[in-house]
Parts: sequence; structure tokens; C-alpha cells
Amino acid sequence: MLAYIIRRLLYAIPILIGVNLLTFALFFVVNTPDDMARMQLGVKRVTPEAIQKWKVERGYDKPLVWNAAAAGSATLTDTIFFSKSVRMFAGDFGRADDGRDISREIGSRMGPSLAIALPTFVLGLFVAISFALLLVFFRATTLDFAGVVLCVAMMSISGLFYIIGGQWLVSKVWHLVPISGYGGGLDAAKFLILPVIIGVFGGIGSSTRWYRTIFLEEITRDYVRTARAKGLPERVVLFRHVLRNAMIPILTGVVVVIPSLFMGSLLTESFFGIPGLGSYTIDAINAQDFAVVRSMVFIGSVLYIAGLLLTDISYTLADPRVRLQ
Amino acid sequence: MSIQPVLLWSDVLLFVLMASIGGLSLWARRQDALRAAWARVARNPVAMSAATVLAAFVLIGLLDSVHYRARLPAQPGAETRYSVEVNSALDAVLADLRQRAEKTYSAPLATHLFAKEALENSAQREFPRLKFGGAHLGADLAAHEFDIAVRVSRGCAAGMLLWLLMASLWCRLADLELIATLKQLREGNQGSGAGNPATGAVFVTLLGILLLLGIAISLGGGYHVFGTDKVGQDVLYLSLKSIRTGLLIGTLTTLVMLPLAVLLGILAGYVGGWVDDLIQYLYTTLSSIPGVLLIAAAVLMMQVIIDTHPDWFATSAERADARLLALCLILGMTSWTGVARLLRGETLKLRELEFVQAAQAFGVGRFAIMRRHILPNLMHIVLIALVMDFSGLVLAEAVLSYVGVGVDPSTISFGTMINTARMELAREPMVWWSLVAAFAFMFALVLAANLFADAVRDAFDPRSSA
Repeated sequence: MLAYIIRRLLYAIPILIGVNLLTFALFFVVNTPDDMARMQLGVKRVTPEAIQKWKVERGYDKPLVWNAAAAGSATLTDTIFFSKSVRMFAGDFGRADDGRDISREIGSRMGPSLAIALPTFVLGLFVAISFALLLVFFRATTLDFAGVVLCVAMMSISGLFYIIGGQWLVSKVWHLVPISGYGGGLDAAKFLILPVIIGVFGGIGSSTRWYRTIFLEEITRDYVRTARAKGLPERVVLFRHVLRNAMIPILTGVVVVIPSLFMGSLLTESFFGIPGLGSYTIDAINAQDFAVVRSMVFIGSVLYIAGLLLTDISYTLADPRVRLQ
Repeated sequence: MSIQPVLLWSDVLLFVLMASIGGLSLWARRQDALRAAWARVARNPVAMSAATVLAAFVLIGLLDSVHYRARLPAQPGAETRYSVEVNSALDAVLADLRQRAEKTYSAPLATHLFAKEALENSAQREFPRLKFGGAHLGADLAAHEFDIAVRVSRGCAAGMLLWLLMASLWCRLADLELIATLKQLREGNQGSGAGNPATGAVFVTLLGILLLLGIAISLGGGYHVFGTDKVGQDVLYLSLKSIRTGLLIGTLTTLVMLPLAVLLGILAGYVGGWVDDLIQYLYTTLSSIPGVLLIAAAVLMMQVIIDTHPDWFATSAERADARLLALCLILGMTSWTGVARLLRGETLKLRELEFVQAAQAFGVGRFAIMRRHILPNLMHIVLIALVMDFSGLVLAEAVLSYVGVGVDPSTISFGTMINTARMELAREPMVWWSLVAAFAFMFALVLAANLFADAVRDAFDPRSSA
């Protein structure tokens, strides 16, 4: 097991290097730092001095990958590639345009992001699986058909509608919770409840449909027929046998997103004014803060790769037949 | 010539797409398996009624893809010049809606502006009359509701008439008795209409579309059906213009990524070895970056390129078009990985089958096998991916535009409509109509696409038909 995990971790390294090279190419080779400076400073204020100042402030005034002027190992380390890309592996993301340290900012914003993403994830999983089991229990009836139609209809509604509509109805018409904002401690609950409910509601359509397909596929297996032949009630067949055996396909899709919960949700956080990583990313995109966007891309892929690893490990826990080679 | 045709790149690609769909369907008619699968789709009432709705959207989108520049009024002695504004055939059809702009917000079917203003000849602030909405009523405001009722019923009647005309034409072609068919339809008889159970559904859907069309035209003649937005533009016009953007993003994205995904997927699955390792590494790396972030990063970089090269584009329409295409390209680059992975897995299975091994034994070359024996057997996966991705992409456009990495702000799209309308929600009383209109149109388009995609998947996926 340990050997397997170590080998999987080693596999992750070339992928992370690939992601790193890709972001480097995207941010520094496709456009030179001069182009970025010209774009950010606007047409009027572009003078060679202003561009130079902009580059020095951000540390973009060095050569890209090879500093011929420096001596010794500094030919490689005193470059944009080393200071901006390689240092990300050490968790050093540099400074945002407002001068704050990105690593510290990320650390302080993970909490609020997780406070929304985690309950949404757990609750959404629970609701969608129960709903799907219900539909499978009543399969091939009018109720099942109506449920599927409802799911397709809910899938077809834009996520923005759920947020805007929910915010309007609950906060503006019913005045139940504040429209947006965030507080520390227990106070946070009243700000979190609406985004969580909306997040669960918005995801129900597609996930219920997906789980329903999995359960329906599982229900045609031989062991289900055996269980029914033994005279077990349908309730027991579904909840004890089918649900457990459907764990493998469910885990495939579910576990991989768990680490990414730290990233938060772009839309929910910015609509509800929650100071998490999602709204941080959106603000950075709107302010064209390239350093922050680059860091978020890197962190996002690290978390995704962690999710893949967790998925493989969870298989062994859910199904003893799966052996890790 | 009073107009100068303009061919934007996205138009070209859209027409190429239409032509290739036409060509492919001609080819598919001759393939027994494909014809059988499409026949299953054609007999599915839900799918066919969704297809009818989609066809209406596509028609609007195609009309909106024929672009031209109008000639400016001739100056004596000067050479003919053309307006910098690029219009489309849809603009010409909707010229009334486009040109009858009000000053600012007005509610659907309103006769007055939404906000009070100080009038010239009175000391009080009042709601000023609209320039066009309800202007035909004159001073007789009491007739407002009656007028709307008359227009609605007139529109219904016209839509009904048109529908009856089409139905009778179809019955003539299919050699059916009109009255008997209608009676069967009303009784919900599945056997009606030349034995195809979907015909009734198509006609009912068509009736719905024509009724809405009739009402919209008849009301639109005197009012702003969905109100007006901040700068007084008709919201119905904006919604109709958004359709093209949604369709383009939904189709072109898959189109641009398809050749790459198919090529790499088949290569990885069939050739194997280091080629497989390399291609797998490539798509694992790309797919490990969260989609929205990669798109955001790429779009930011694209903005830098566009902003630093203003001389590349003659008109602002061209620049917006280039941005739209670049967005499709970026979305495609991030989403080809899933299809490539599916195709690789399927190729691995096909490679071991007898007919491929027979071809190998006959000494058929690698690339000939991939082209003649593997590719045709993967087409159903490609088709399913194409239709399944469409609705997700239409929804993604709205989200991306909200995040600020969507289409050019001057491009009319559902995303830009929602994004501008979002600010108006805080007003008291609320300006809800542009938001509701955008969501309603988007819902109709995406729902139809989802239903159609499900039917196509069920008909083509060999696993689901078992």
C-alpha cells in the first residue's frame, strides 16, 4: 500500500512539471512581460520608463530562462522561470499586484471557501443519492418518469439563475438571511445557509440523473436477482446490496473533487461576498492580476492530482477485490 | 449595389458546419446501421419535438449569420462608402425592433418609462410616455389592456392559420385527410401521421412556436414585448441576437477540438507504446488544470494579444468575432481531453477484434486500418460527445461572461445580457425583465438540446439499446 502510494506520488511529479511549464509558456512566452505591462498601464501612460517600473515592481525584468549576465548558479536562478515558476513547488507564489503575499492570502481564504464547499458537497451527495434511490425504487412508474423530467429541466437551468433567483426570493422578498457578507465563528452560519442550499439545489438535477443510471445498471446484476429470489424486500436489496456495490462508480466521480473543495466556488462566493479563494480568483481575473491567476492554476492542479490519488486509495477501502499493483 | 456582404470567420465556420452536417446525413442515409439509429430518433416524440424547437433556434442563428454593411447615403461626387456597422439578415428582419429604442428602462408592454422624470411643462415629476411603446394609443390610455388583448388574439389567430396551412400542406404531401388527422391528433392517437408516432408531437410543438411567433409579431408592432434595457434597447431583440452566440459556442467549440481529439485518441489506442504514453501524459496534464482557471488564464492572455494588436481588425464586429472564435478555441482546447480518453479506450477494444486482425493479416497499412476500420466504428462516440457537450457549453458561456472571461462585451449574448441585468436587480422596484428573458430563452434552448441529446445517445449507444 505504502509503496503504491509513493509510486503514485512519483507519477504526479512529471504532471506537475508539465502544468508548471504550460502556465509559464502561457503567461510569459505567448506574451512578453512588455505586452502585459502595456496592456495593464493602458495606452496613455505607456512610456519605456513606466513599463520598466512595472516590470521591476513585479520582478519581471529578469531574462526568461537564462541569465547570461549572472555568475555561477545564478545564471539559472536569477530568471523569471526560476523565481516565478520553479518556486511554486516550494509553495512560494510571490506577491499579488496589491503587494500582499499570495501564499498567506490563500491560507487565510481557504477557511471560508471550505465552510461553503464542504457542507454543499456532503449535503448534495446525500440528497442526490437518496433522490436517485427513490427514483430507482419506483422505477418504470409515473413517479420515476416525472423525476427524470424534473432532473432534465433542472439541469437545463443556468446556475446563475439559481443564485440570482434564490438570493432575490430568500433575502429580498422573505428577508430571512442577509443578502451577502461573511462573519467569523457561529455568526457565519446565517451567511452560509443560503449559498449552501442554493449550491445543493443547483447540482441536484445532473447528479441525481447520474446516480440513477449507476443504480439502474447495478440492479440488472445477478446478485440482485439472487437477493430477490431469497425473498428480501426491495428496500433491503436497494439499500444494503445495490448501494454498497454501486460505491465503486460513485467513488470514481466523487472522491476526485474532495481536495478541490478548498478552491471554493467562483460564482457562489462572488455573489454572496464570501472572502474565499473563489472570489479571490474572480477579483484577480477582473483586475488582471496575472500572478494570482497563475498561482491558482497551479494549486488547482495540485489539488486535482491529489484527488486522483485519493480516488485510487478509496477503491481499496470500498472494494477488497481491487488490489493495487 | 446598396449592400456589401461581409463574411466573418465565424459565419464561414458555421456554414462549413452546416454543409458538413448535410453531407454527413447524405452519407448516413446509405449506411444501414446509422439509418436505423436515426430512425429510432425520428420515432421518438420527445426528441422530435425538441428537434423542432432546436430547428427554430438554428434558423434564427443562421439568419443572424448573413452579414452585410449597408451603403451610406451617397455624397455627390464622392465614391460610394459603406457603413462601419456590420448588420445581419436578422437585423434587417427585426429593423423595427432594433431602431425603436427608448430612452431607458421600460417594463414589458408598458406605455410609460420606468423612472419618473421632470417634464417640461409641469412642475411635478412624472412617468414620461414611451416614444414607441403604445404610441399608437394616443391619449386613449384606457384602451391599453383591451388593445393588448386584441393583439394577442389576433396573433393567436394568425399563428393558428399559418399552422393549419402548414398542416394541410403536409397532409396533402403525405396524402392524408386533414380533418381526420387532426381528430386523431386531438384524441392523442399514437398511430396518426403515416405511422410515425413523433409526427403529432412535431405538429403540436410547431403550433406552440407559431402561436408564440404570431403573438410576438402582433404585440411587437406596438409595444416592447419584453421591455427595454438601460439604454432603451428592445430586450426581445437582444434575446434573439443572443441565440447566434450561444449556438456558435455550443457547436464550433466541439468542432475545433474534434480533429485533434479523434486523431490523438485513435493514435494512442492503436499505436500504443511511447506514443500512447506521450498522448496520455499530454491529456492528463491538460485535464489536471481546473477548466475555468485554464480558460481564464488563456482568455486573459488572448486579451493581451488583441489589445496590443489593434491594427489586425478593420471593424469592431471583426474584433468581437475574433474574440468569439478564440473563446471557442480555448474552450475546445480544454475540453478535448475527455473525448480523447473515451476514443482511446474504445480503440483499445476495437484493436483486438477479428475484423481488424484480419485487415492486419492482409497487410493493410496502419493508417489505412485506423481510417477505414477504426474511425467509422468510433463515429457514434463522436456524435454523442458532440450533442452532449452542446448544452453544457451554452450554459458555460453565461458563467464565463459573468466571470469576465467570456465573449467581447460588445457581443450580444445570454452571458452579457445576464451580466448587465444583474446590476439592475438592486433597483427598487426591480428591473427583472431582461434577466427573465435571457434565462427563459436559454432554458428553452438548453432543455431542447438536452432532450435531443438524450434521445441521440439512447439511439446510438449500443449499451443502452440492449
